[in-house]
Amino acid sequence: MPKRDDIKSILILGSGPIVIGQACEFDYSGTQACRVLREEGYRVILANSNPATIMTDPDFADATYVEPLVPEVIEAILDIEKPDAVLPTLGGQTALNLAMDLHNSGALKSRGIELIGASAEAISTAEDRELFKKAMQEIGLATPTSAVAHTMEEAEVICGDLGLPLVIRPAFILGGKGTGIASTPQEYLSVVAHGLDASPINEVLIETSIAGWKEFELEVMRDSADNCVIVCSIENVDPMGVHTGDSITVAPAQTLSDVEYQQMRNSAFAVLRRVGVETGGSNVQFAVNPQTGEQVVIEMNPRVSRSSALASKATGFPIAKIAAKLAVGYTLPEIPNDITKKTPASFEPVIDYVVTKIPRWAFEKLPGTAARLGTQMQSVGEAMAIGRTFPESLQKALRSLENGRFGLNCDVGERAGDDLGVDELKRRAPIATPERIFDVEALLRLGVSVDEVASITRIDPWFLDQMLMIVEERNYLESLGTGIQVLDSVGRADWKRAKRLGFADAQLAYLWDVSEGDVRAARLSKDVEVTYKTVDTCAAEFEAETPYHYGTFEDSTEVAPSGRDKVIILGSGPNRIGQGIEFDYCCVHACFALEEAGFETVMVNCNPETVSTDYDTSDRLYFEPLTHESVLDVIAAEQRSATEGGGRLHGIIVSLGGQTPLKLADTLPEELILGTAPDSIDAAEDRDRWGALCAQLEIPQPAGGTATTLPEAIEIVDRIGFPALIRPSYVLGGRAMEIVYDAEGLAVAWEAVTGLGSLGREGGLSAERPVLVDRFLEDATEVDVDAIRDSTGEVLIGGIMEHVEEAGVHSGDSACVIPPQGLSDSTIGVIGDYTRRIAESLGVIGLINVQYAVKRVSGVEGGGQVFVIEANPRASRTVPFVAKATGVPLAKVASRVMAGATLGELRRENLLMPPSMGSHIAVKEAVLPWDRFPEVDALLGPEMRSTGEVMGIDSTLGLAFAKSQLAAGEILPTGGTVFFSLADRDKAVGLEAAIRFVDLGFDLVATEGTAEYLLDAGLPVKQVVAKVRSAEGSRTDPVHEAAGAVDGVDLITGGGIQLVVNSPRGRGPRADGAHLRTAAANNNVPLLTTAAAAVAAAKGIADWTTTDLVVRSLQSHHGSPDPGSTGP
Amino acid sequence: MNEPSGITESHIVLKDGSVFEGSAVGAEVPSGVTSGEFVFNTVLTGYQEVISDPSYAGQVITFTYPHIGNYGVNAQDNESPIPHCSGIVIRDLPRRYSNHRAEGSLQSWLQRNAVPGIAGVDTRRLTRHLRDHGAMAGVFGTAPIEELKDLAASAVGTDGLDLVARVSDPDPQLLASSTGAGRKIVALDLGLKSTILEQLMRLGSVQVMPCSATAREILAASPDGLFLSNGPGDPAAVAGVAATVSKLLGEVPIFGICMGHQMLATAIGGETFKLPFGHHGGNHPVVDLETGRCEITSQNHNYCVDPDTLVSAEVTHRNLNDGTLEGFRCTDRPAFAVQYHPEAGPGPHDSRYLFERFADLIDSNRTRGGGSW
Repeated sequence: MPKRDDIKSILILGSGPIVIGQACEFDYSGTQACRVLREEGYRVILANSNPATIMTDPDFADATYVEPLVPEVIEAILDIEKPDAVLPTLGGQTALNLAMDLHNSGALKSRGIELIGASAEAISTAEDRELFKKAMQEIGLATPTSAVAHTMEEAEVICGDLGLPLVIRPAFILGGKGTGIASTPQEYLSVVAHGLDASPINEVLIETSIAGWKEFELEVMRDSADNCVIVCSIENVDPMGVHTGDSITVAPAQTLSDVEYQQMRNSAFAVLRRVGVETGGSNVQFAVNPQTGEQVVIEMNPRVSRSSALASKATGFPIAKIAAKLAVGYTLPEIPNDITKKTPASFEPVIDYVVTKIPRWAFEKLPGTAARLGTQMQSVGEAMAIGRTFPESLQKALRSLENGRFGLNCDVGERAGDDLGVDELKRRAPIATPERIFDVEALLRLGVSVDEVASITRIDPWFLDQMLMIVEERNYLESLGTGIQVLDSVGRADWKRAKRLGFADAQLAYLWDVSEGDVRAARLSKDVEVTYKTVDTCAAEFEAETPYHYGTFEDSTEVAPSGRDKVIILGSGPNRIGQGIEFDYCCVHACFALEEAGFETVMVNCNPETVSTDYDTSDRLYFEPLTHESVLDVIAAEQRSATEGGGRLHGIIVSLGGQTPLKLADTLPEELILGTAPDSIDAAEDRDRWGALCAQLEIPQPAGGTATTLPEAIEIVDRIGFPALIRPSYVLGGRAMEIVYDAEGLAVAWEAVTGLGSLGREGGLSAERPVLVDRFLEDATEVDVDAIRDSTGEVLIGGIMEHVEEAGVHSGDSACVIPPQGLSDSTIGVIGDYTRRIAESLGVIGLINVQYAVKRVSGVEGGGQVFVIEANPRASRTVPFVAKATGVPLAKVASRVMAGATLGELRRENLLMPPSMGSHIAVKEAVLPWDRFPEVDALLGPEMRSTGEVMGIDSTLGLAFAKSQLAAGEILPTGGTVFFSLADRDKAVGLEAAIRFVDLGFDLVATEGTAEYLLDAGLPVKQVVAKVRSAEGSRTDPVHEAAGAVDGVDLITGGGIQLVVNSPRGRGPRADGAHLRTAAANNNVPLLTTAAAAVAAAKGIADWTTTDLVVRSLQSHHGSPDPGSTGP
Repeated sequence: MNEPSGITESHIVLKDGSVFEGSAVGAEVPSGVTSGEFVFNTVLTGYQEVISDPSYAGQVITFTYPHIGNYGVNAQDNESPIPHCSGIVIRDLPRRYSNHRAEGSLQSWLQRNAVPGIAGVDTRRLTRHLRDHGAMAGVFGTAPIEELKDLAASAVGTDGLDLVARVSDPDPQLLASSTGAGRKIVALDLGLKSTILEQLMRLGSVQVMPCSATAREILAASPDGLFLSNGPGDPAAVAGVAATVSKLLGEVPIFGICMGHQMLATAIGGETFKLPFGHHGGNHPVVDLETGRCEITSQNHNYCVDPDTLVSAEVTHRNLNDGTLEGFRCTDRPAFAVQYHPEAGPGPHDSRYLFERFADLIDSNRTRGGGSW
């Protein structure tokens, strides 16, 4: 069936901000869909609130709406754009739920708009737990024994019938949100209550627990002619009981015979047909009883998912692209396989390697949370690795995680586990945690049998025995002794065996107590070097046109000679808090820009969720860990390819992928580094050099110093005074950063910074990596600048962002505004001047981000003294936001500049155009994972905790801010009661906010001190709240006695509060008022933790309630004519 | 701690002189040399079925998936009582297997069934070599490399060899229908797989006869339908079968699979040719031209029927990868055949409807009183 010509325009729904359970895989799928549908000649309209995505680049759609993903906004877009169809299956659960809302309200039908990709009926059959269970019964497929509850009462009856333990699964949720296993009646009631709350339709499925069974997943495609194919099978190493997103998973399935696999395949097709997924990709999850082989269906997603991204990268089969084509009417046999070009997409990929995916968590950033894995997903990112065997891919995947480990132990990090001893390791092993895989290795190495470890962990013995092979090889290699002379006794066969089992040179260096460089040299002298094979969907049966490579140790390599000038771009590795999609955005733009400029682009990355690891993005893709060894190997392979083909390796870009590639910079050949020299990067990082540079430029910095011991830190604070900002050097995302207000706080913070945990593991403190102690500037506005300097010395100021929250909140967690609204022209001038001078003196070629604090001076509106906080000569997290706000493609421009172009040349090429800051204001807001971690204090501070971001864009600051809040999921109230509880330093700004709220008709309640302040200013305070649970204790004062204080938590829990504004005195993890914030978070009451945000919110509410909703595409904001609006 | 022991070096040498390193697994061969035609198979699951498939007689099977042996072996998954392939080439033989159906390891099964193997090989390099240069004769084993090189130069493939006679069971056997269906089917054993037999037994009772059975002997069994099985090697070299089939055309409804497909084609005057490296795997797309539906199929053949040589026949199935003929039916007599393996074992079950089609053909022929096609 050819493509449909009865539809001309399609609205694609994106997935919004990166949150746990929904990461950049939907940027990957959405970007593919946009590309494909435009190639097919459709007019593509895109709605997504996330500015850091590649899909929201104005180039990818005819009309791009960076607007909140809520029904009323989408309806406004539908009214303007009048699309013929809406495609919701490539934007995750967010898009699917949004589509259901639009369907249920009749918004689509009344406008005559069709839902394509999945029908509303199919979505509800798949997502509604009760309907799904019935559907499975109808087609004779087993599901775990279960029942559905909508109320606590129903749930109690079910518990009586089924008996504990039970698994609770809410309907229509994402990433297992609200899911849990309950073993005690108490746990049961709590999990059910959470689950009912998490489900948008207040429905939970309660099923008998099959924890410990084996878990499998099949990725299925179906077309409108009912052709079905399995793209990939996945087997989880962690058994049932751990969310698949938090499990170590392997493709293809390893322990199913063909008989069982075909049974599962038949079931998966039956599920799709019954649910009614007419076109597109879905995944179906199964559990298998390891003793009997009994198979049960767990669930299915009628859409492209995180697993589809993994399956696409694991096989080379582009699920999202093909799903988009199927949605517009093509059938699988009509679509060519991109990789072979000659064969059609109606086939089942086969692979001749093993793929392992391992999640990455951020528990260290969320104090108070137990690092225990369960049915609710908690990971923030993942790494994937490809090897010819499971041991090789497992070890590669572990070092791809970049948390200081080089593989399955056999590195410094193993000592923490080894010290525990067998008994403690055995006690820990039944519980899935991020460390369990390492504990398992230690147990095997300490002599515990595979069978015993299998019975403790329920991990299949096949996987364990493969790990035991790694252990046995390690024991043999270890027996050779230590020291440089060992290297002579290692034969070629030994090297080959070790490397084929996935040992990194760094692991061998640890084992033999020699340097990694010596290991590499000795190995290469025995001709044991990496070979690259190709991911080709067909196990070499057909010739592959696509150079998508992975490294392994075999006889022959498949990297083709090339006669072109090439640039290697190092990606950013697994997503984590502080380093996410923004850096992938930059790397992808480097690929696009350099390709347009005629370079051959070579990407190295190991994150399966990203656009950068799409084989279409670069000319060559190496799916490899971002380690010293792997990067050197890629350089060598590309140099050889250049030599053989008559081409040239122009250089390597290390400054676009965040801290990951930057950390590798000084271990790579310096002459190959494009852009800013590694020495300049060091000059900006090194405290003393940076201080000297600022002094020489006469740019003020907050007073401070460096310390490696607590007494040294105290000495510095004695000199500079409190409050002080404490942070380790060379980290990203404000890791372990704290503001301290007294000596006690300093001691606690010191302990946290220098103690164990990942920082300690990454090498700990040293003279080279001291702790930075700086005076913290209060009452200061923080400003971020992204700029580009070229080789002629010209500096382009890309964007100046004013933060909404004051200095002290990590810039990644702070809302910010372009253009700045509260800075005078002269202050902006000073900031621009400082930025130019810093870029000049660092010799920056490419991007630089500089952070400033503008200390407010009373009486000077928008003015004050400008201090420089830090400078980073690399791409920053804000580059995509600036690009979306101004229309200037900063990442592309910077890539070209690094490769040698000047800004002048790029202007002449029309790549660099003046920013289009017409009449719009753009606000970036951070999205925080509090709802996943109820134990964590929902408080912003210097350590970054946000997982993603959204942008609000409109004609006033208030409207843009309101949109950003709406997009972030915070629905600002339009009336009711605001609860203020402010630290003394925030009271002046808080008063401004309170006045605005009163003008808007809100009632005020406040804690005692705040109430007093507001009353003194003549504002009505309806109720005074005791800070009974705070450390300050209760005071007796006239206000208190007059009004009769009530308990704040009771007020919030009772539903009498529509907005909480609470700014604590300190910003530590146990700052005061935590009980108020927890109550707000638990009761879904919007919470603002800074007075500045409260002012912005009040402005937002004022504008929002008095103005009609206006949506506008980026193309229209930036003034470029919308190519589709005039029509063909 | 000793160096991991038990590794015996082994090599592959192909007829063109290419050498591949590995280590010996499976059965020991006293001479240290095994020869055959090297082919590759891309299945991810189903190694036991593949190795025990009689169609691989004379061939050395290279598995492209690296871990072979993960779920052990069991008695139910054999496609014939003993394997007929010459040997196997793999990347890795896991020493531990895991599956609730497993009754033993692949290693011990290979030893028991006298199948030699070589592991640790860069099987992707070998596969690419076979893809680029075609299925190729060669040798492998633990013998000194020079000896292997000499023998490889004179190694022969399957062209011109009648391997069907070698694998066909000379003793006829009668099997009752597993479903109680009343049809009687004669299955001509050219290397018959157990899974095909199971599928046929769902349609009726099955009389298995050797490839040497004559038309008269077959008709004497008074079958409602004749099934022509899969089998190994070069169809052009198979003696007598096509002639037997041509005598039975129109007498009894016929269904052929793989070698059976080639025999039916030969019987109506068609010709076969050798594919560069054959089709061996479980993921080939085939379109049913009648319904337009695409099936993912199990395939195992090196030779193919040239559709231009068929008369009084209609092409019913084509391979979507390379456009080659995958099925046809006679327009003047009740007979049809497919080149691929609808029975699966291993592979997808998408095409099992063809057995129903055979049953329908038998039934409509019976109501018509036979012969009046």
